[in-house]
Amino acid sequence: MLEIKNLSARIGDKEILRGVNLSVPDGEIHAIMGPNGAGKSTLSYVLSGREGYEVTGGEAIYNGQDILALTPEARAAAGIFLAFQYPVELPGVGNANFLRTALNAVRRARGEAELDAVAFLKLARTALKNLSMQDDMLKRNVNVGFSGGEKKRNEVLQMALLRPGLAILDETDSGLDIDALKIVAEGVNALRSPVFSALVITHYQRLLDYIVPDRVHVLAAGKIVRSGGPELALELEARGYAGLEAA
Amino acid sequence: MSTTVETRDTVEALSVEKYKYGFTTEIAMEEFPKGLNEEIVRLISAKKGEPDWLLAWRLKAFALWQKLEEPHWARVEHPPIAYDELYYYAAPAAPTPKSLDEVNPALLNMYEKLGIPLNERAALAGVAVDAVFDSVSVATTFRETLAKSGVIFCPISEAVREHPELVHKYLGSVVPYGDNYFAALNSAVFSDGSFVYIPKGVRCPMELSTYFRINARNTGQFERTLIIAEEGASVSYLEGCTAPMRDENQLHAAVVELVAMDEAKIKYSTVQNWYPGDADGKGGIYNFVTKRGACRGRNSKISWTQVETGSAITWKYPSCILQGDGSVGEFYSVAMTHNHQQADTGTKMIHIGKNTTSTIISKGISAGHSNNTYRGLVKIMPNASGARNYTQCDSLLIGDQCGAHTVPYIESRNASAKVEHEATTSKIAEDQLFYCRSRGLSEEDAVGLIVNGFCKDVLKELPMEFAVEAQKLLAVSLEGSVG
Repeated sequence: MLEIKNLSARIGDKEILRGVNLSVPDGEIHAIMGPNGAGKSTLSYVLSGREGYEVTGGEAIYNGQDILALTPEARAAAGIFLAFQYPVELPGVGNANFLRTALNAVRRARGEAELDAVAFLKLARTALKNLSMQDDMLKRNVNVGFSGGEKKRNEVLQMALLRPGLAILDETDSGLDIDALKIVAEGVNALRSPVFSALVITHYQRLLDYIVPDRVHVLAAGKIVRSGGPELALELEARGYAGLEAA
Repeated sequence: MSTTVETRDTVEALSVEKYKYGFTTEIAMEEFPKGLNEEIVRLISAKKGEPDWLLAWRLKAFALWQKLEEPHWARVEHPPIAYDELYYYAAPAAPTPKSLDEVNPALLNMYEKLGIPLNERAALAGVAVDAVFDSVSVATTFRETLAKSGVIFCPISEAVREHPELVHKYLGSVVPYGDNYFAALNSAVFSDGSFVYIPKGVRCPMELSTYFRINARNTGQFERTLIIAEEGASVSYLEGCTAPMRDENQLHAAVVELVAMDEAKIKYSTVQNWYPGDADGKGGIYNFVTKRGACRGRNSKISWTQVETGSAITWKYPSCILQGDGSVGEFYSVAMTHNHQQADTGTKMIHIGKNTTSTIISKGISAGHSNNTYRGLVKIMPNASGARNYTQCDSLLIGDQCGAHTVPYIESRNASAKVEHEATTSKIAEDQLFYCRSRGLSEEDAVGLIVNGFCKDVLKELPMEFAVEAQKLLAVSLEGSVG
């Protein structure tokens, strides 16, 4: 269960989040929509602990723990995963090595046994197959020379392996064609369980045809201004975000 | 963020302990009086039972050294070295051992701590090891196996006695005694080192390895390594270096000479982890080394791979003289500096023969308050038609107090030569660190991963078992560098 209470944050002198209130119960997927500059990406970075974002008020509690006090790696160990809008390239770092290092770091933190290379490869190959990805994805350097779609699929692959309790998807649909979009959506849907929840940040209703959210929230000018069921996304698609700030 | 500061402080508190090779071994030592004069040179030569020609050579080197000036063109700074306060010979006070059973158990115990497979039964890795402790070579493993294929691998002091014609022919033929200040010093006082001879057509059946260890206080280490590969021969050789933690600086001035005849191949790898000094720059080894290989035969190849993480100051330029037509020189280097370390390192590729090629891949990583300089020379002589060189120098900066410098010299006297130089300087990006950490990696592990990725082109040139060691070393050497 993620509970965000009156969360405010800024970058430098610029106030971005101005009192966000949001609850995401376990087992649910919530969509966050909103116009450009509303603070959607900031919310995802604040929740995952990126430097440069100063929390000025409020709290974010995940499974009873105040996550805002934790390092990014401790949040990962607690089960939080951020799928990046712009996945980062790591030249010279093999994807398999990266994935296994990350998986073992998280497993270690959770008190689980680390996986050796053989066990890891078996697990990774299964995950790749489920995502219709080629095995050579493991041999390539992390995100280096990947197409936009490959980068996003690589994010979903990491998510599938790390098995987070809470996934935050930051505009994972941007730049994806319809086939890639379906694969990404299937990756998220495959994780659905009573102990998994997700915050799906998106600009467009399109992704929500494939990942059907339990709740939809509209973030505008740093606040949640409306919440509703999946039908709210359709309404926004039809009418746009104009006038929502005043609501 | 406060968490970062906390991580850094914790790691800095730990970093005093991080040089795990910093122990000393209590053992009775035989030392000559400190200071350097002709008498000491004669004593060293007599101790080794050397022939007259070698003593004469040492004395010429010593006479020249007294006239030479310490070089100061490198981008390093240090207080004057008190050459008269150093001991030039220190050895465990016992007769030279004939087999491993006769080696002092305290020494064997020390090499075990260092993880060196000195005991043959432990040497499953198939690595033959020569171990040099302060000034003398302590034991050489696998000698019988090697002897069957005609390979000679022994302390150079022994080679002087057993194979004088080979030593006489090649010693100083690549690095003359008057080559430079430190080479002259080494020629006068070198006390041991390794000797390798691979006869015609023989592929050395195993990796050869030497571990150098400075133990005694105030002792300089001046080892001399000579490797000869006859026509069609090949060998892969690795050296590793460690020293105890001491507050004063210690001098290490080695000379390495390689000779490759027609179609011969020599691969020389170094993992240098001398004590780098403490976080404030106190103590550490001055590593002033001359390494040079001569590709004398056609289509011969000499490849240098070095991972330099230790030493307070590193001053070394493993070089290739590409004399034989079609010969190949390679230099793959990772030089990492942290805290107050200084490195001025690179290579010289001298193209003399036709269609000679050289490749230089240099990766410099600077952290803390350190300074890291790549200095290289590519020289194409008039007859070297069709010569080619490719140079790539990449620098990675961690933090904003360190420096990276690239000083490439290119001299081409042949119009048909192709010389390429590429250089980049970058910082570890905040988004790369955050990406890794958001996947559960600690900040230190993230830096280690990114740095190892940066060095991959060089690390893949190392023999497999040492590549793993080098990766760990890079990560350990960077502890406390972020934040």
